[in-house]
Amino acid sequence: MKIIVCIKQVPDTTEVRIDPVKGTLIRDGVPSILNPDDNSALEEALRIKETLGQGTTVTVITMGPPQAEEILRQAMAMGADSAYLLSDRAFAGSDTWATSNAIAAAIKSIDNFDIVFCGRQAIDGDTAQVGPQIAQRLGIAQVTYVQSLRIEGNSIIVDRALEDGYETIQVNTPVLLTAIKELNTPRYMSINGIFDAFREKEIKVLGIKDIGLDPALTGLTGSPTQVRKSFTPEPKGKGEMLTGSVKEMSDQLVIKLKQKHLI
Amino acid sequence: MERTPEYLAQYKNVWVFAEQRNGKLMPVVIELMGEGKKIASQIGTELCAVLLGSDVKKLADELISYGADKVYLCESELFKNYTTDGYYKTISELINEYKPEVFLIGATHIGRDLAPRISATVDTGLTADCTKLEVDPEDKKLLQTRPAFGGNIMATIVCPKHRPQMSTVRPGVMKKAEKDPSRTGKIITVSPKLSPQDIRTKVLNVVKMVKTNVDIQQAEIIVAGGRGLGKKEGFELIEKLAEKVGGVVGASRAVVDSQWITQDHQVGQTGKTVRPKVYIACGISGAIQHLAGMQDSDCIIAINKDPQANIFKIADYGIVGDLYEVIPQIIKSLDNIDELSKSV
Repeated sequence: MKIIVCIKQVPDTTEVRIDPVKGTLIRDGVPSILNPDDNSALEEALRIKETLGQGTTVTVITMGPPQAEEILRQAMAMGADSAYLLSDRAFAGSDTWATSNAIAAAIKSIDNFDIVFCGRQAIDGDTAQVGPQIAQRLGIAQVTYVQSLRIEGNSIIVDRALEDGYETIQVNTPVLLTAIKELNTPRYMSINGIFDAFREKEIKVLGIKDIGLDPALTGLTGSPTQVRKSFTPEPKGKGEMLTGSVKEMSDQLVIKLKQKHLI
Repeated sequence: MERTPEYLAQYKNVWVFAEQRNGKLMPVVIELMGEGKKIASQIGTELCAVLLGSDVKKLADELISYGADKVYLCESELFKNYTTDGYYKTISELINEYKPEVFLIGATHIGRDLAPRISATVDTGLTADCTKLEVDPEDKKLLQTRPAFGGNIMATIVCPKHRPQMSTVRPGVMKKAEKDPSRTGKIITVSPKLSPQDIRTKVLNVVKMVKTNVDIQQAEIIVAGGRGLGKKEGFELIEKLAEKVGGVVGASRAVVDSQWITQDHQVGQTGKTVRPKVYIACGISGAIQHLAGMQDSDCIIAINKDPQANIFKIADYGIVGDLYEVIPQIIKSLDNIDELSKSV
């Protein structure tokens, strides 16, 4: 079985701060990490490989700037067999639609596959759109929000999380799956893995010419959506600070709520 | 992919995906009907609902009472359960035939599975998890605003040259449409061009987890506790106040992570978005991720020891003090409410 895992390098958004004066994101010193849901997708692919044994390969692919190589090395140190970095100025500024065009074209150019695994969503954008869009470009079935998985012959049985429970779905390969963090606990890189990833294994870099994609279908100009503006959420107008003793403040509050018919 | 003005002009009307599960409309659909009506009237066009299911005709009438001018009703045994293939193929065909200008979908687990697949099929842009929708008064384009970077920043997105302009919308954010059973509208029955082989996934089983708690998104009053409670047992006091005012208990991420309370209570960017009539934040400092989930509440009351706490910036009423003194006193004041009202 051939498994391709799509991964993304993201800023650790829990560390992102806003410049209170300029109202812009402070990215300096914010660590870049392998997106958590993608990490779960990778872990599950590695577990499938361990279960099925010989003949199963795990290939990782990412689209991003040259430094995104870091997460490809990390993935190989965890056990991925090969890695592709999709990197070209032509891809810069892509929205999800344009990103899925590039990644799907890259997947088609690499090899055939049985499973394409993605994380449900990346923590920088939280869109959850690129996975299903890749599935459409590849013309294959999809199951999103995968919280558990088992393989039975040619079939894959997955539990797909819903807001109030889950559904069990049977699907045949080829299929695109998106993982949520409940699926598993990702492993750490092994010492030997790190050695291999940096000394033995190679990362192949793909540009737009290598994947044969029409430049009109990707990048900023190929993106149907555009950011008109970005801003920090504005706090609403200052409210009223109540004063006095605890009893006085409590009485005032209750009276105000009663007068406004809120209680 | 430049699109001509003639292409753009073909696309009319605002559509809402009327997601139903087991023959019941999802609450977000009622919110989308309210928001869709507003957008349709600002553009000067009609509001339509797209309803797929098996034996769901009664929901078409319900959608009309919530403001639909037209309902595209598509019934089939194949729609008994949601499947990506069955839904995306059918809806993409409807879009190509009837050409809506705007298409709104609830950002549920089903909506977020379906919408990107459709956007890649009909080749248009999609904006995820919108929390605000407006119409540009100049060019009538849809302005789609959404949080990014964990709620640290807001972005307004446009889709200038492709149609429909598609958005998924966060549940719990938009105001619900009013129901008017006397409204009339048109039901357009469409037969799906679908065979069982088109659906590549098979739903073997749907499991509902028993809900132990009320849905905080439906509550009118929420009393929420944060790290300032100091200990798990602090939630007993929060519950007491919630019970007194007829509300439910909410929580910040910090206390859910500390396992003081279960995740279904969590409000915020990674929890639920709520907009109750009254939100009482007790011992919650007001991290931006928390504010993202509750700042549209009608009336926010903050109780916190730290007068510098961020939560006071968005509070309508602030009380600086020890919540273990303030909350019991508020409960006493509530007991005395009739006396207090007379004295004003």
